Amino acid sequence: MSEKPQDIKAIPSGNSLWKEGMGRFMHNKLAIFGSVFLFILVLLCVLAPLIAPYSYETQNLSYGSEPPGSSHIMGTDPLGRDLFTRILYGGRVSFSVGLCATAVSVLIGVIWGSFAGWFGGKIDSIMMRMVDIAYAFPFTIFVIILMVFFERSMLLLFAAIGAVEWLTMARIVRAQVMAIKHHEFIDAARGLGLSTTRIIFRHILPNITGPVIIYSTLTIPAVMLLEAFLSFLGLGVQPPASSWGILIREGAETMEEYPWLLVFPGLALSLTLFSLNFIGDALRDALDPRSSRE
Amino acid sequence: MGKFILKRIFLETLPSLLVIITVTFFLIRLAPGGPFSSEKQMSAEVLEQLNSHYGIDKPLYTQYFSYLLNICKGDFGPSFKYPGRTVTELISESFPVSLELGLYALIFAILTGILAGVIAALKPGSFMDYFTMSLSMAGICIPAFVLGPLLVLVFSLKFGWVNVSGWNTFSDRILPSITLGMMYVAYIARLTRGGMLETMVQDFIYTARSKGLSETAVIFKHALRGALLPVISFMGPAAAGMISGSFVVETIFSIPGLGRFFVTAAFNRDYTMILGTVIFYAIIIIIFNTLVDIIQTILNPRLRNY
Amino acid sequence: MRFIGYLIVLIGLAGIHIHCTNGESAVEKATQNKILLFGNQTEPQDLDPHIVTGVPEFQIIESLLEGLTILDPQNLSPLPATASSWEISDNSLVYTFNIRKNAKWSNGDPVKASDFVFSFHRILSPALGSEYAYMLYCIKNAQEFNKSQIDDFSEVGVKAVGDSILQIELCKPVPYFLSLVAHHSWYPVHPPTILKFGSIDTRGTKWTRPENFVGNGPFVLDSWEINKIITVKKSGTYYDNESVSLNGINFYPIENNLTEERSFRTGQLHITSSCPLNKIRWYRSNQPQNLRIDPYLGTYYYLVNVNNKPLDNKNVRKALALAIDRKALTEHVLKGGQLPAASFTPPNVAGYTYGNTLSFDTTEARKLLEEAGYDKNNPFPSVSLLYNTHESHHTIAQAIQQMWKKYLGIDITLINQEWKVYLETTQNHKYDLARMGWISDYNDPNSFLDLWITGGGNNRTGWSNLKYDSLVQAASLASDTGKRFRLFSEAESILLDELPVLPIYFYTNVYLIHTSVKGWTPNILNNHNYKFIDLE
Repeated sequence: MSEKPQDIKAIPSGNSLWKEGMGRFMHNKLAIFGSVFLFILVLLCVLAPLIAPYSYETQNLSYGSEPPGSSHIMGTDPLGRDLFTRILYGGRVSFSVGLCATAVSVLIGVIWGSFAGWFGGKIDSIMMRMVDIAYAFPFTIFVIILMVFFERSMLLLFAAIGAVEWLTMARIVRAQVMAIKHHEFIDAARGLGLSTTRIIFRHILPNITGPVIIYSTLTIPAVMLLEAFLSFLGLGVQPPASSWGILIREGAETMEEYPWLLVFPGLALSLTLFSLNFIGDALRDALDPRSSRE
Repeated sequence: MGKFILKRIFLETLPSLLVIITVTFFLIRLAPGGPFSSEKQMSAEVLEQLNSHYGIDKPLYTQYFSYLLNICKGDFGPSFKYPGRTVTELISESFPVSLELGLYALIFAILTGILAGVIAALKPGSFMDYFTMSLSMAGICIPAFVLGPLLVLVFSLKFGWVNVSGWNTFSDRILPSITLGMMYVAYIARLTRGGMLETMVQDFIYTARSKGLSETAVIFKHALRGALLPVISFMGPAAAGMISGSFVVETIFSIPGLGRFFVTAAFNRDYTMILGTVIFYAIIIIIFNTLVDIIQTILNPRLRNY
Repeated sequence: MRFIGYLIVLIGLAGIHIHCTNGESAVEKATQNKILLFGNQTEPQDLDPHIVTGVPEFQIIESLLEGLTILDPQNLSPLPATASSWEISDNSLVYTFNIRKNAKWSNGDPVKASDFVFSFHRILSPALGSEYAYMLYCIKNAQEFNKSQIDDFSEVGVKAVGDSILQIELCKPVPYFLSLVAHHSWYPVHPPTILKFGSIDTRGTKWTRPENFVGNGPFVLDSWEINKIITVKKSGTYYDNESVSLNGINFYPIENNLTEERSFRTGQLHITSSCPLNKIRWYRSNQPQNLRIDPYLGTYYYLVNVNNKPLDNKNVRKALALAIDRKALTEHVLKGGQLPAASFTPPNVAGYTYGNTLSFDTTEARKLLEEAGYDKNNPFPSVSLLYNTHESHHTIAQAIQQMWKKYLGIDITLINQEWKVYLETTQNHKYDLARMGWISDYNDPNSFLDLWITGGGNNRTGWSNLKYDSLVQAASLASDTGKRFRLFSEAESILLDELPVLPIYFYTNVYLIHTSVKGWTPNILNNHNYKFIDLE
């Protein structure tokens, strides 16, 4: 029996993993909200020179530590500088440090961990022992030495942070890879004669995105705060420039007397973290072929 | 299992330790400033005397080999900063304190984190999900140097329930443990939640349910095992970090632990103390990572015989 | 779910229990028992008076040992202590001290003159590596012995005549000598105890442990828990026990000054080592009786590397100095009652006051900069300002950076370095401008002005002025106070004209003190002997 023409439905075009994922992502209300919020925040910081009401370095010593008011919507810091302006400019530093350093550490960590986990045996032992060794080395001294040999620069800051954060990522990825590589579909891929690289990148990695994304979104704010510690060592932004990490550190010292100095930068960091996490969750749900649907 | 441990110790741990000691020993000399740089300029003669007393006027290689020889005998040297104390003494007196603090923090973090993660994963997208996750993320947005004083402000100064600082009564342990543990609660909660979400849709869960097992049994006996894999790998170094002490928490609460030495030894260029703490920390990390690997193998039999 | 419920109940019970058991505060209880609770900032390096260098160490050692004299808490004049009396030779070079007959060590041994000879020998022994040995260089041949130029200590000008007479021969007159010997570098140590654990110059032995320590002070070392607490108890053998009101002192090494302030607020401490700057306003308004702001013998300044262009030009240095609004800094930024520095020596150092020279004059500053050749066509080159990482240095540097930008139109770069790196950098003269502070060990203008002689160990500016050198040298040889002060005055004029350093402010000691502490008299050396303290 022949089918009527209108019964023949068009063969649906194949959906790639990514296309499907994007579709799912777009349906996640919180992810949209988080992305938009983050986008606006980043935009504000990028446009800081245009929209900031004051210069970030002009001081007014007699108006130090003023609470939020009409002329300063978020108050002033002890040297009389406008806090709102400093948060905007600080955001530029924090975002660039946070995103770049995290990207570096994720890249290194994922590659290292997946190779260690895939090959196992002696290669795994050596690679993971190297991770242990890097863990044990005192970070403070490491940074101080770095500063001796390299110019004090933002690049060095990214390197220093990235060099530390990739370690835990590598361990997490390794464990995930080791758990997955014995699944049947991997055996199938091997049976098909796919190259190692292709197996790792096209089949294993998409399945471990879950913990990787989660850990990355948590790493970004941690990196922002780590940057404050590095400024303490003399690496990182030099005054009068600032960053959220530094503003929070300074604000913490006076949280009883001038709470706004802590609350506003803290809010900026927290809201960024929450947005990142909504986005991260949605990404994970979107890309993971096995995650539960709502 | 025994062979595994022995193999770990001799083929991996000892060589790693040797590498760590060597790298640290030579690299720390590259940092500008020495243990004796001080604001009031010391005379050249006095500096010479001090360098000779501590043996740092000898060539670096000689110092390195004598150091290795000494640590085989268990002598980690005197502290440069505290002339009358040995490194062994300083570490052995302060480590038990950090260990206790770290254990409480660990228990707090694990219980709270896993609980939060499981609750959140049971009803993804619900209010409970967002609520527990937000609460646990407080640990990351609110770093220790903010959380600690904040807790002190509320529970010590306002309510007067506990002391502001110190390590004397049992109640002194509460606030520092929470402050230290909070940082990890977020990671544990989120990793648990993510792991649970992935595990709960796998086939063996449906099997377990259809066998008639109660939901609690399904969650805790079957799902959690697989879900905890990323948590465990994270916990290895995290636990090591917690029990070796936290500089920030110990300074805020005036706790005589080991954590502060990690940072102050570096700032003081106390070479022997730096090496001592590095070795100690390395051993702890290696122990914990080995433990983690063992636990992972138990939880997921497919990881054996890699 | 049930777990959470149990947890909440547990916390609630614990809270109630803790609250109920809180009776009187630690301070109230301690006051009743006459134990002073002392916030001592940091764990002491050691308790050996010949090795340590820091204030927290001295605070403790001062309770355990006593020198030939002690300082009067009010006017810092020397009072008899272990030495009951003394004679000075006509040429002011020989001091003969009578050691008190009833002065005893804590194990019952009498204090002998030879104990002091042993102690001076110890601190001057090169092998001990004492950083404060230079305090004894006024003794004849002491410097030579310390620098290994002579080997025989008997050539050094200190001698014991019998058990109770100590004779010290100086190489030049020192008008403040009797105050100098109150310094802890001149403290005696108990020879048998030292020798039990090593030789006279063995560094870092166990003799300072509580079970071994033998001292001659009003208190004895009772317990020592690292990073936690050090306790001392009233001595049974101190010769002047009737005057000592305290029964003991507990020293707490609280490093974080915010934690220390909170401890004070909750009644855990009688005295703190400092007060966070941001809390000063609150205490001034609400609890002024607990706040103390005492002038402190020290100056905060910026070093100038006079060999680096453009700072080699005197007018440039003057311009920089005149464009700093010190008053605004001390009032709005520091807020701790510090004094703007118009000279290098603080006012009234043992009666010496230089007077006001440095002012805040932006017009003159700009004029000087122009005279030096810098204007729109020849802009001022970029200079860097170095400081070590610390909250207040950070803030002050930023404020001054802005002042120079606003008033002189110049841009300077701020560089902060971690402490040891910063020390290396300044010692190697690799900076343009660097922040420094100098706290005096003894009450005499010499301790400030001899910093800047050519090639002086602490002169990291590279500045050299032979006239200045000769004036300071002459002052150290003169014995008449009036003449000395005139010479110092002349020297300081040169200093403030050439400006190898830019003085910023004079230190104050800001701390909190409980009202039950009596007899705590403020003085510029922050010297508070515990035998005058009482608790009510």
